[in-house]
Amino acid sequence: MPFLQASFDDEALLLRATHAVRRAGVEIADAYTPYAVHGLEEAMGLRRSRLTWVCFAAGLTGAACAMLFQVWSSAASWPLNVGGKPFASVPAFIPVTFELTVLSAALASAFFFFFRSRLYPGRPAAPPPQVTDDRFVLVVADSEAARRLLSTAGAVSLTRAEGAL
Amino acid sequence: MADHASVSSLREPLVTKPRTLAGITDDILGQMQRRPTARWWIAFSLAAALLLLGVGTVTYEILTGIGTWGLNRTVGWAFDITNFVFWVGIGHAGTLISAILFLFRQKWRTSINRSAEAMTLFAVMCAGVFPLIHMGRPWVGFFVFPYPNDRGPLWVNFRSPLLWDVFAISTYFTVSAVFWFVGLVPDLATVRDRLPPGLKRRIFAVLAMGWTGSARIWNRYETLYMLLAGLATPLVLSVHTIVSMDFATSVIPGWHTTIFPPYFVAGAVFSGFAMVLTLMIVARAVMGLDHLITQRHLENMAKIIIVTGGIVGLAYGTEFFIAWFSGSAYERFTFINRATGPFAWAYWIMVSCNVISPQLLWFKKLRTSTVALFVLSLVINVGMWFERFVIIVTSLHRDFLPSSWGTYAPTKIEVFTLLGSFGLFFTLFLLFVRALPVISIGEVKSVLGYARPKLAAPPAEPASSVLEVA
Repeated sequence: MPFLQASFDDEALLLRATHAVRRAGVEIADAYTPYAVHGLEEAMGLRRSRLTWVCFAAGLTGAACAMLFQVWSSAASWPLNVGGKPFASVPAFIPVTFELTVLSAALASAFFFFFRSRLYPGRPAAPPPQVTDDRFVLVVADSEAARRLLSTAGAVSLTRAEGAL
Repeated sequence: MADHASVSSLREPLVTKPRTLAGITDDILGQMQRRPTARWWIAFSLAAALLLLGVGTVTYEILTGIGTWGLNRTVGWAFDITNFVFWVGIGHAGTLISAILFLFRQKWRTSINRSAEAMTLFAVMCAGVFPLIHMGRPWVGFFVFPYPNDRGPLWVNFRSPLLWDVFAISTYFTVSAVFWFVGLVPDLATVRDRLPPGLKRRIFAVLAMGWTGSARIWNRYETLYMLLAGLATPLVLSVHTIVSMDFATSVIPGWHTTIFPPYFVAGAVFSGFAMVLTLMIVARAVMGLDHLITQRHLENMAKIIIVTGGIVGLAYGTEFFIAWFSGSAYERFTFINRATGPFAWAYWIMVSCNVISPQLLWFKKLRTSTVALFVLSLVINVGMWFERFVIIVTSLHRDFLPSSWGTYAPTKIEVFTLLGSFGLFFTLFLLFVRALPVISIGEVKSVLGYARPKLAAPPAEPASSVLEVA
């Protein structure tokens, strides 16, 4: 499918153009920006990320594993009498449980972010020119309507690209 | 941000010189791509020399044993643990800036968070060295982790606060490193796209993870950043809480108090901000980034120092009051001994540096003077080091039984190890400012329009139709 790449030098223009093409029913492939442009996700109609659930599940798993392991190792595997304290001294196990909750939640969230975004060390990347510097690029399905809309939206350049980026 | 751009005249812009987006990239990356200045080389040589001194000293100490330190049966913890607590505390300001100020939507944090986080990582590395060499046999340091071993398996004692420390510090380091790297990825892509083809570009291409600036990924990225900030916030509070429990869960007078967790956390933030100030004042002077790290940043940090310094002062007072009010003879004696005993000089250095000197920051004139701030930040660093020294040594040297009273003086080896840790810290920091973007480029760009009248919209000329077929 041919695509149309409109390049802007201001985030406000990109936002306006995105709203306009979406209202006109043109399919938006993606946008490329040098920083997170607020409001762009609504303009593009992106859903909220479900990464929060990964974080929550990983945190719960970390907490459960940490507590179970501490109870098992201190009370079942090798019960050791330390100053007459109970073998399963649950209050004393809280700090380690907390640390492992945070550790697993953070690591899992970061890992799933990179996994889901298909980002990995050394992945070849060919972003549109200057988007990591000062350009804002909107990529939409090519059509007469899209061309008309984007050419009046203040784009500094308008390029046709075959195939997805 | 577009809406914020035209906001009221009550707000000051965060970037004090008019700059374009590309201008910001140039400002931050330009100095990284130029050859290091003479001033950088001087600083680096000094830091590397201190690091070498430290490496030599620690090697000698490990080969000989910790009998080379001034520790004795009465004072079993001294310089080593003082340095450990000092360095961990320094790290806390980095997380406060990167995570807590992010959650509070404090946009001024954007130009200092990258280097403050780097400072956190390097400070935690310095901190980690001390418990490791304090063990005496660092080559069996991995015994602190509960791994299946052929000694039973004999597990670690999960009821011990020293073990909690192992988990707290290693989690803190890991999560801070992940947070820092995630924040770096978009900037690494900016560096990659700017470099000419070659080895350097290939290295940055690997590190940048194939980042393209896609809005779909930015959307998910923002969620991840928020999650990591939300996780790092309770984490940083837990770390110094657990460090304070190393003391608070013992029975030593002067240590066994419930005030320790909040008192330590406030002290950590206090000392950490002093260290951030020291570093930032030097960095902006050396790198010419005054319009990004502005007077306002320094002033805001000075205000946080007033608050946390106040909390620390209040904690000193409360400790003293409770020692008297508790009616415990040992507790009372310990505190009177702190203020009037053989280590009174250390106690009064601590009080004058941490309680009295930050009060000078109430004066706007001093708060906005870079020189005054620099001097005060050093004074506070010294004061906070002494705080930990006072807590550890004065509580130990005269405990319950007068027959076991003793004293303590550091040996050359201990002093050199402390100097060596400063060498490690500054060497890593100086390498960081050369190798990576010191300021978060993407985040600064997003606040560029903050409190600035909107640039006139470019004429809505139709773009020159379809230019080419790529």
